[in-house]
Amino acid sequence: MTVGVLALQGAFIEHEAMLTRIGVETRQIRLPRDLDGIERLILPGGESTTIGKLMVMYDLLIPLRDRINAGMPVWGTCAGAILMSRRIVDGRPDQPALQVMDIESRRNAFGSQLDSFETDITMIGLDAPFHTVFIRAPIIENPGPSCRILAQLSDGRIVAAQQNHMLATSFHPELTEDDRIHRYFLTI
Amino acid sequence: MAIEKSTWTTKAGLAQMLKGGVIMDVIDEEQAKIAEEAGAVAVMALERVPADIRKQGGIARMSDPELILRIKECVTIPVMAKARIGHFVEAQILESLGIDYIDESEVLTPADEEFHTDKHKFKIPFVNGCKNLGEALRRITEGAAMLRTKGEAGTGNVVEAVRHARTVYGEIRKLHGMSEDELYTAAKNMQAPYDLVKSVAQAGRLPVVNFAAGGIATPADAALMMQLGVDGVFVGSGIYKSGNPAKRAKAIVQATTHYRDAAIIAEVSKHLGEAMVGIDISTLPQDQLLANRGW
Repeated sequence: MTVGVLALQGAFIEHEAMLTRIGVETRQIRLPRDLDGIERLILPGGESTTIGKLMVMYDLLIPLRDRINAGMPVWGTCAGAILMSRRIVDGRPDQPALQVMDIESRRNAFGSQLDSFETDITMIGLDAPFHTVFIRAPIIENPGPSCRILAQLSDGRIVAAQQNHMLATSFHPELTEDDRIHRYFLTI
Repeated sequence: MAIEKSTWTTKAGLAQMLKGGVIMDVIDEEQAKIAEEAGAVAVMALERVPADIRKQGGIARMSDPELILRIKECVTIPVMAKARIGHFVEAQILESLGIDYIDESEVLTPADEEFHTDKHKFKIPFVNGCKNLGEALRRITEGAAMLRTKGEAGTGNVVEAVRHARTVYGEIRKLHGMSEDELYTAAKNMQAPYDLVKSVAQAGRLPVVNFAAGGIATPADAALMMQLGVDGVFVGSGIYKSGNPAKRAKAIVQATTHYRDAAIIAEVSKHLGEAMVGIDISTLPQDQLLANRGW
């Protein structure tokens, strides 16, 4: 199995390193031709405006959307989750996105970098708490009826959700040493 | 569940999210919007770009907080601003503005010729310049969560950026091949803490993200720096001192993403208009070299 990691901008090498450690083959995706033979896809953290614009410029938006709509498992972390959302709140009005998942994301929902944080979260599907990091993170809002909320902060804000073959997390498991969410993604 | 803010992981982690991207100098809201529209991953809010600082001379200081806040208001991407080397009160002011990163920068006139700011005391992360590995590791020891090779800002000439990147990565490769007993002397020679030298030697890479800066003026310059091993690029005067800033900014963003794809770099390099004129660095007097500031 080869997992594609969108490599237009952001922390894609960290995802690749985690997958390699698990023993999964990876491929960096920059152009539509890179998608051939890819069975799963990770949309990494980075700047969602930058990644979105580069997706449009290099004709990746439509092929990616088509593959995801046809059932290819996809996981977006932070900016990746924003790009998957049906609607982006507090983004740029013309910001391009895949809009494949029935969630809304609110960008920079916690504030500036000074409000970035680390914490333990409890996530459905994981046996024990997961220590992770939120960096200028979005939150997930108004998940549709077919979405399952997987993790919330203690104040109820949603930070992980799944809709069938689509997984979105506000945080960055790829910046930790804990590969449980990567392993979970490989099962959906 | 405890929430810990401003940890090392959050500070260094933001820089990891900027990788593969272009950070652009901007002096007003209009330029900030052009930068975001072009696909910049962050903006550096400044009163004057380095080329103008160089031309106008005088003391270069932190920008007006009002200007920085106006720029922060009009973009959704991270905002950085520069404080003078060792001017920890300028850094305190910038932290209070709630921006995302401080550049303790040799482009401004140093406030202290002996001590850099103790960056561990701050909640906000810092980026610092370096010309070689020893300087890079000293800045990390002081708390820098991101580095940039210095280059020679405001010249439009990439030669110093290349020199500094080659030096840093060459020194890392050398360390990587050293025996343990050689590392003690290496640490002494590069005036950096032994433990940090040892961990870089083992990992074969820096523990933080390192961008290129200082003199990048074309898409090819950006791709050159990426192929030399940097994680991303800072572009300042190179964009707004050129004929068509919006187009050039977008082209540099694309060349940074597709830095190994010569056909794409060729395509985005077409019809960019006048590049920044640039300065032959060998014609500059020693006391006008910004890279020599900081130690």
